[in-house]
Amino acid sequence: MNKPTERYTGPAIAAHWLIAILILAAFPLGLYMHELTLSPTKLKLYSYHKWIGMTVLLLFVPRILWRLTHRPPAPLPMPAWQHKIAEGTHHLLYLLMFLVPLSGWLMSSAKGFQVVYFGVLPIPDLIGKDKGLGELLEEMHEVLSWSLISLVGLHLAGALKHHIIDKDSTLRRMLPFGK
Amino acid sequence: MKINHIALSAAALLLAGAAHAVEFKQVDAAKSSLAFTSKQMGVPVPGSFKKFNAQLAFDPAKPTAASTTLEIDLASIDAGSKDANDEVVGKQWFNVKAFPTAKFVSTGVKALGGNRFEAVGKMTIKGQTRDVTAPFTFKQDGANGVFDGGFVLKRMDFNIGEGPWSDVSAVANEIEIKFHVVAAPVAVAKK
Repeated sequence: MNKPTERYTGPAIAAHWLIAILILAAFPLGLYMHELTLSPTKLKLYSYHKWIGMTVLLLFVPRILWRLTHRPPAPLPMPAWQHKIAEGTHHLLYLLMFLVPLSGWLMSSAKGFQVVYFGVLPIPDLIGKDKGLGELLEEMHEVLSWSLISLVGLHLAGALKHHIIDKDSTLRRMLPFGK
Repeated sequence: MKINHIALSAAALLLAGAAHAVEFKQVDAAKSSLAFTSKQMGVPVPGSFKKFNAQLAFDPAKPTAASTTLEIDLASIDAGSKDANDEVVGKQWFNVKAFPTAKFVSTGVKALGGNRFEAVGKMTIKGQTRDVTAPFTFKQDGANGVFDGGFVLKRMDFNIGEGPWSDVSAVANEIEIKFHVVAAPVAVAKK
């Protein structure tokens, strides 16, 4: 009777968890480094944070292309409102995982610090140094980051709810080594 | 006719003599600039000093007789951000309370051919004096003389950035210095 659950494709699963790890590393790092007084450690942490962010932005491109060309498994039975929320969360997560690093990159340029990927590859400044714009982008980056992490929380809560309460395979089909 | 010709020649000679006796001395602070680029985690960060006092005597016909003294008001630094500006005047960096100025005194100028020259001199920052060699170009822009040059300063030679800041993997040891000096000519009495 039970046909095997349809799983996400390998590349979709890999991109999902890789980006998840990077977001979960960059967010607390961003919160922590912001409070530090200027020191070599602060300069290093800012660079690591920016490199993580640029990696998310780089991974976003193939991920979204893959998503647009590969249908994800059909949603498991659930009330329509839950499905709507899940879908809306997914769309917003995609939007924010693009906007958060983008706003960080622009902010960095506006504040006069070019992003140099891994300290060797200069990423072009899309905008010039501009104090006011830098402060605006800083606020945007902060608000967008908090929105992203809140949605990650909601997304995680939904996945756990399916796994623990509904006992369905919503979470399992995204796990790297599941069946 | 003959007298006229002689007069003209004499005038030309006098003019040529006058041209040789012109020295570029009066530095135009508003048109001159002193900039630098530091590297933080591989990121080039531009900065500058807003206040400096340059004394100069340069006759392109006699470059070896040229001399210059440059005094930099270190508190006038713009290191790229407010955080950085607050930090670099402090004890570990320039310690401007104890050492408010940096000074360069030339000991010699060499002609390298064409419009290229090289100034050699002593740079004193934070109580440390080191030899510095700065190649530069000279060109005339209208009446003014324009000097463009630069050199790489190793910050650790002058203890600029002590304690945790001596970590050159965060802020590179090499600081690129660039100067642009505009000076007006002053006629000097012929010897």
